[in-house]
Amino acid sequence: MIKIKDLYKRFGKNEVLSGLNLDIGEGGIFAILGPNGSGKTTLIKCLLGMVIPNNGAISVLGENIKRGSDYRHKIDYLPQIANFPNNLRVKELITMIKDLRGKTNLDQELISLFKLEPFLDKKLGNLSGGTKQKVNLVLTFMFDSPLVILDEPTSGLDPISLLRLKKLIQAEKAKGKTILITSHIMSFVEEISDEIVFLLEGKIYFKGSITELKDKTNQPDFEHAIASILTENHA
Amino acid sequence: MLKILKYSFYDLMRSRWSYVYFAFYLLLGVVLLFLNNDLSKAVITLMNVIIVLVPLIGTIFGVMYYYNSKEFTELLLAQPLKRSSIFLGQYLGVAISLSMSLILGLGIPFIFYGLFMSNAIWDFSLLLITGTFLTLIFTALAFNIALSNENRIKGFGYAILLWLFLAIIYDGIFLMSLIIFEDYPLDKLSLIGTMLNPIDLSRTLILLKLDISALLGYTGAVFKQFFGTNFGLIISFSALTLWVVLPVLRIAMKAKKKDF
Repeated sequence: MIKIKDLYKRFGKNEVLSGLNLDIGEGGIFAILGPNGSGKTTLIKCLLGMVIPNNGAISVLGENIKRGSDYRHKIDYLPQIANFPNNLRVKELITMIKDLRGKTNLDQELISLFKLEPFLDKKLGNLSGGTKQKVNLVLTFMFDSPLVILDEPTSGLDPISLLRLKKLIQAEKAKGKTILITSHIMSFVEEISDEIVFLLEGKIYFKGSITELKDKTNQPDFEHAIASILTENHA
Repeated sequence: MLKILKYSFYDLMRSRWSYVYFAFYLLLGVVLLFLNNDLSKAVITLMNVIIVLVPLIGTIFGVMYYYNSKEFTELLLAQPLKRSSIFLGQYLGVAISLSMSLILGLGIPFIFYGLFMSNAIWDFSLLLITGTFLTLIFTALAFNIALSNENRIKGFGYAILLWLFLAIIYDGIFLMSLIIFEDYPLDKLSLIGTMLNPIDLSRTLILLKLDISALLGYTGAVFKQFFGTNFGLIISFSALTLWVVLPVLRIAMKAKKKDF
């Protein structure tokens, strides 16, 4: 699904990704974890072509991403901070994205799933953080693409929406999609993900299942396993 | 690109500032016609305003729009769209809506005054054409500055400096150099100097069309000889076109390499 070879990215003097190699197969939920500033968002943005790597090759579904922008038709992306043009209405934003990407009928279903009907005519600037995140989720899941990338999908969501989101992610997985998630909420990651990709200092430190991680670090639970990696490397 | 253009254009058409800009020109046109009571004279006064104001508004609007629509741009970047079409679409959206405000705002009062029945129509069209060129040029320059500067304050600063330089300081330096080198033949130099600054070029084009080149003395005669001919006119418009094309190309190049 995704093949990354020798990926390097520097911002000024700060080297964020230093020779990252990653292979992600088809189907399943992959959690990308790592401390703050370890390059999770940069990695995702490289996949999307928003950040241009200094070196290395990325291919998504067998297509080199340098070759054009069409591969993004196969990616649904949920950005970390829901930044929308403030003077647009929710309805208009959804219509606009549909106009840019192509037709879909899933939006109505998603709008009712997240109970967004009362907000459709409101301006995006007047929405609360959680509601914006819900709009963000609708926009992301609207297109039924084989690869879904979620950057901090839980931020700002209330418990009931979180439950709905989890169900939705599981349903997407059941369709055979590949889902990449970054999150700092360990219980969420533990509950939902099939595999962990742990980033540290611009490289992949660990890739495997949660049980493998627990074995490797000799820790009984997931949260402590992650914590032990961090203390070992930063103590 | 057309879809982005459409959305940027609608976005701007809904913003208050387009109307303010439009209303300003409307008012200016009406007042000038009322005060001058003569089309050709109104065109001359208008020229003096447009030559300075259009570049200023183009620069400020361009920079402002770029920084304000950052969120929108980031949203678009994750979609299957080419980068160059995103930025060129936005650029054209701004430039076209500004040009529309200019053309409609000035055009409406002049048409009502009986523009089509007067012989000032060509002077007036030239004024609008150069005004549109200036909008295209300065919006493109503003986008260049905004793309190269993450910091808004710096971006605004550079944009204002650029306008100040081309609208005022350039003329000063130009004039000084003419005084310093007054013992030498300067007609070629002054021709080239005029060509290199889009504001000066537009001003000269209009002045000569208005047949008041006698005001310019000997240089005026040289200019008249050059700009008055078809050859000179073609060269001038090519220079203006180049001033649009080069910054636009740089927008496309710069956008391709930028990280978001």
